[in-house]
Amino acid sequence: MIPMVNPALRVLPEIILTLFGILVMLADAVMAKASSRKPLGWLAVLGALAALAASLWQNRLPAGDAFYGVVRTDAFSVFFHVLIAGIVLASLLIALDAVSDTTEGLGELFALILFGAVGMMFMTSAVELLLVFIALEISSISTYIMAGFRRKSAKGPESALKYFLLGSFATAFFLYGIALVFGATGTTRIPEIASAIAAGHTPAIIYIGLAMLIVGLGFKVSAAPFHVWTPDVYEGAPSPVVALMSTAPKAAAFAVLLRIVYGAFPLLHDHWTPILWWLAVLSMTIGNLGALRQRNVKRLLAYSSIAHAGYLLVAFAALSADGIAAASFYAVAYAIMNVGIFAVISHAGGYEDRLTLIDDYRGLAWRSPLLGGVMAFFLISLIGIPFTGGFFGKFYVFVAALHSGLIWLAIIGLVNSGIAAWYYLRVATAIYSRPSESSPVHSLPRPSLALLLALVITVSGTLILGIFPGGVLSSARAAAATYTSVSPVPSSSGTSAADTTAQH
Amino acid sequence: MVPISWYLILSAVLFSIGVAAFFIKRNIITVFMSIELMLNAVNLTFVGFAQQWHEVSGQIFVFFVMVVAAAEAAVGLAIIIAVFRARSTLNVDQIDLMKL
Repeated sequence: MIPMVNPALRVLPEIILTLFGILVMLADAVMAKASSRKPLGWLAVLGALAALAASLWQNRLPAGDAFYGVVRTDAFSVFFHVLIAGIVLASLLIALDAVSDTTEGLGELFALILFGAVGMMFMTSAVELLLVFIALEISSISTYIMAGFRRKSAKGPESALKYFLLGSFATAFFLYGIALVFGATGTTRIPEIASAIAAGHTPAIIYIGLAMLIVGLGFKVSAAPFHVWTPDVYEGAPSPVVALMSTAPKAAAFAVLLRIVYGAFPLLHDHWTPILWWLAVLSMTIGNLGALRQRNVKRLLAYSSIAHAGYLLVAFAALSADGIAAASFYAVAYAIMNVGIFAVISHAGGYEDRLTLIDDYRGLAWRSPLLGGVMAFFLISLIGIPFTGGFFGKFYVFVAALHSGLIWLAIIGLVNSGIAAWYYLRVATAIYSRPSESSPVHSLPRPSLALLLALVITVSGTLILGIFPGGVLSSARAAAATYTSVSPVPSSSGTSAADTTAQH
Repeated sequence: MVPISWYLILSAVLFSIGVAAFFIKRNIITVFMSIELMLNAVNLTFVGFAQQWHEVSGQIFVFFVMVVAAAEAAVGLAIIIAVFRARSTLNVDQIDLMKL
C-alpha cells in the first residue's frame, strides 16, 4: 500500500517554476520602461534553483501517481526533472551574460524560459497522453517564440517560422497517433494502453498510431529524416536560447519516447525496434556527414546534435534496462557539454552573433585562453575522448547495444564517432591557430559572473561524468528500473510502469 | 446509424489533404491553414472513437486540442507578422536566407 502523498507535492517543481514565471512577468510589467531587466533574470535563476531543489527532494517521495493517474513521480521522472532544472539554470545564466540592459523583451524571455521548462518537466512525469500532448505544446510554443526573439534581424523571424511550421506539422502527426491508439485501446493512459495490448487489443490502427507517435517525437528530438529544421533554427535563434532548446526539450522528448515505447508498447517491440534502428543509423550518418561540410559553427553544432540524437537512439533500440540507463546517462552528458559549448559561443559571439563562421573563431584561444580552452574542452568531450562525460556516454550506449546483440549498430556508431572527430577537431584547431592578419578582430567582452557560474557548472559536470560517472549512472539505473517490462534489472527501487508481464 | 469507418475514412482523407497542402502550398497563411485542417481531422477521429467506445475522454481530448490550436494560432500569426515585417513577402520560397 502506497502511503498518501499530497498531490501538489508530486508537481512541486512545476508549481515553483510557474509561480516564478508569473512573478517575472508581473514585475516586468510594473517596472519602469528604462530600467534594466537583468534583475528579473536573477529572479528566474532563483526560481530554477528552487525547482532544482524541489526536484531533488522529490526523490524522497514514494513512487506513485497523482491527479487521477495523470502524473507520476518515480526515479525516472525525478532524474529528468533534475536534468531539465539544471539546463534551465545554466541557460538563464548564459542569457544573463549575453544580453545587454537594453535588449528588447528581456523580461518576457526569462518568463518564457521558465514556462517552457514547466512543459518540459510535465512531459517527463506525464503518464496520460493528454498531459503529454499539453506539456509538449507548452514546451514547443515557448520555444517557437524564443527562436524568433531577435525579431529585427532578418534570420530571427525566419528561424521561428520554420520551427513553428514544422513543429506544428509534427504535433499534428503526434496527435493523430494518440487518436488512433485511443481508438484501438479505448484509453489514453500509458499503463492502461499496455494492459489493453496485453489483453489482445491490437487492431491494425495501433501500428499506424505507434508509427505516427514516433514520427511526431522524431521531429522534436531532430532525428533524421525529420531533422531538416534543426540547422536553420539554430542559426537564426539567439545562442542562449539554442543552449536551452538543443538540450532540454530534446531530453524531455526522449523521456516521452522512452515512456511511450517501453511503458505503453513493450509488447509490440518487434515492430518499433526496427524503426528506431533505422532512425538511429540515419541520424548518426546524416548528422555527421552534414556537419562535415558546414562552415558556420552553429549549423555545425546543429548537425552534431542530430548525430547525438542518433547515438541516443542506439541505446533505445537495445531493448534492455541497460539501454534505458545508457540513454538517460547520455542525455545528461550531451546536455551538459552542449550547454557548455553554447555558453562560450554565446559569450564570444554575443546576443547578436558577431562570430558565425569557423574562421571567425580562429585564434580565440590566443585572445582569451579561458574561453578558447573551455571551448576546446567541450569539443573534446563531444568527440568522446576519455576523462570527459562524452566518453562514458558513448561507452555505455555502445556496450548496451553490444549486450543486446546489435553489433552492426555499434559498428556504424563507432565509425560515425570517428567521422565526427574530424569536424570537431577542425573547430579546435581553428581556436588554437594564430589569428591571421587579415581577419577582422572583434573585441571580446569581459566574462561576467553569470558566465563564470555557467562555465563552472558545465565544466565540472563534464569532468565529474568523465571521471566519476558512478553517481549519475546509478541514478540512471534506478530510472531504468521503473520499467519492469524490460527486466532483468538488478535494482530494488523500481516500481511497476506497466501492468504487463515480462515480454520474453 | 453511420458506421465508425466512415468517420475514420473522412478524417484520414482530411488529414491527407492537410499533409499534401502543407507541402504544395506556397503562401505561409495557407500552409498554416493546412496544419489546422490536420488538427481538425484528428478531432473528428477522436469524436468518432469516443462514440464507439462510449468513452467521454475522447471528447474531452478534443476540447484540449481546440485550446492548444488556438494558442498555436496566436503565436503562429504573430510569427507570420514578424516575418512579413522583416521580408515584405509571405511566399515560403522567398524566405530562404538560410539554406536547408
